[in-house]
Amino acid sequence: MERRDIAMNQLINKRINEVIKGNQEAFEEIVTLFQHRLYHVCYRMLGNRQEAEDIAQEAFVRAYINIHTFDQKRKFSTWLFRIATNLCIDRIRKRKPDYYLDAEVPGTEGLTMYSQVASDVALPEEEVARMETEERIQYEIGRLSDKYRSVIILRYIEELPLQEISDILELPLGTVKTRVHRGRAALKKQMGNL
Amino acid sequence: MNTCPEQIVHCMHAYLDGDIRHDDEQLLMKHLAECPSCQKLMDDLTDAIEFIEQAEPIEAPVGFVNDVMARLPKEKSQVGIQRWLRKHPLLAAAAMFFVLMSASIFSGYGNDQQFSVTKQPNLIVEGETVTVPEGEVIKGDIIVKNGELRIEGEVDGNVTVIRGSKYMASTAVVTGTSEEIDQAFDWLWYKIKETVKDIFKTGDGEKPVEE
Repeated sequence: MERRDIAMNQLINKRINEVIKGNQEAFEEIVTLFQHRLYHVCYRMLGNRQEAEDIAQEAFVRAYINIHTFDQKRKFSTWLFRIATNLCIDRIRKRKPDYYLDAEVPGTEGLTMYSQVASDVALPEEEVARMETEERIQYEIGRLSDKYRSVIILRYIEELPLQEISDILELPLGTVKTRVHRGRAALKKQMGNL
Repeated sequence: MNTCPEQIVHCMHAYLDGDIRHDDEQLLMKHLAECPSCQKLMDDLTDAIEFIEQAEPIEAPVGFVNDVMARLPKEKSQVGIQRWLRKHPLLAAAAMFFVLMSASIFSGYGNDQQFSVTKQPNLIVEGETVTVPEGEVIKGDIIVKNGELRIEGEVDGNVTVIRGSKYMASTAVVTGTSEEIDQAFDWLWYKIKETVKDIFKTGDGEKPVEE
């Protein structure tokens, strides 16, 4: 860890201890420090500002309630991102309760329902071509299944190291790598020629 | 489809993850230079990532922090009380003592409606009237509860009448203090005085034993 990170960690842990002692106001500084990063991740996961705001707020509330369970030897942002990504994934799954187009087809290697059935979220090519860059990015991320979406967002938008993604998602490093690889392949496939 | 060894695709991903071994990297570069279809795949993967990486950071809406703070569960008043207790242990103990004491004393004041009198020889008790006969000397304190006390003789001690009446004849002599208690607060004060006196009495009494 860099020296700046260590100083940051000390400040955060100090505030956390104040919160544990019952000083609710000390939590405000924590929210202020992480609000943009957390909101951004939620927005990229959910593709909707209203939902992102709701889930990011909920993530902070959960962090507050469970603050005593946070291991202060670890990185706070990792813990916070874990709460947020779990909430986002729950929300995404509630939106499509039946089955996932991108779930792997049993007995095939890396072949998903996307490659078999035309997705109802896929838009006509000419419409996609007219999109602004930002809109297109969100559209392409939104077409990834939640397990690839979370790793791609953390890797390429949050620019986190693979090890940190593994800590956030509580997955073995190897699994994270596999998901990044498949996520990249899926992106390439769905984007075709830019 | 790609007929190149699967290892090449693995090398591509390892390269993109930034954790490729040196010899694998050389192998990959050599292969890409020779194989246009693999070079195309590599370019497509790189383009896809670079496209996603253009994403602009998006900030949380104005008022986000305040909204979070408003959503936090309210601090339980219990927590506040506990914190206060932890900060002021002595005050807390005193307050606790006072609350318990006054509770027991007040309940004592309300419930104890029966006539009673301190047992002393020479006292005449008729119904709820206690008389100190003329010419007699009572050695000791007299406490009358819920009754009438007539003093015609002499009392060598304190006289206390709780919720009752006291009549002193012209011949009456009380060497100690004489008081009548009618109000709850008088009662409370009296009880506290008695308790304190008891504490000191027992304290004094025990000293010789300890030594």
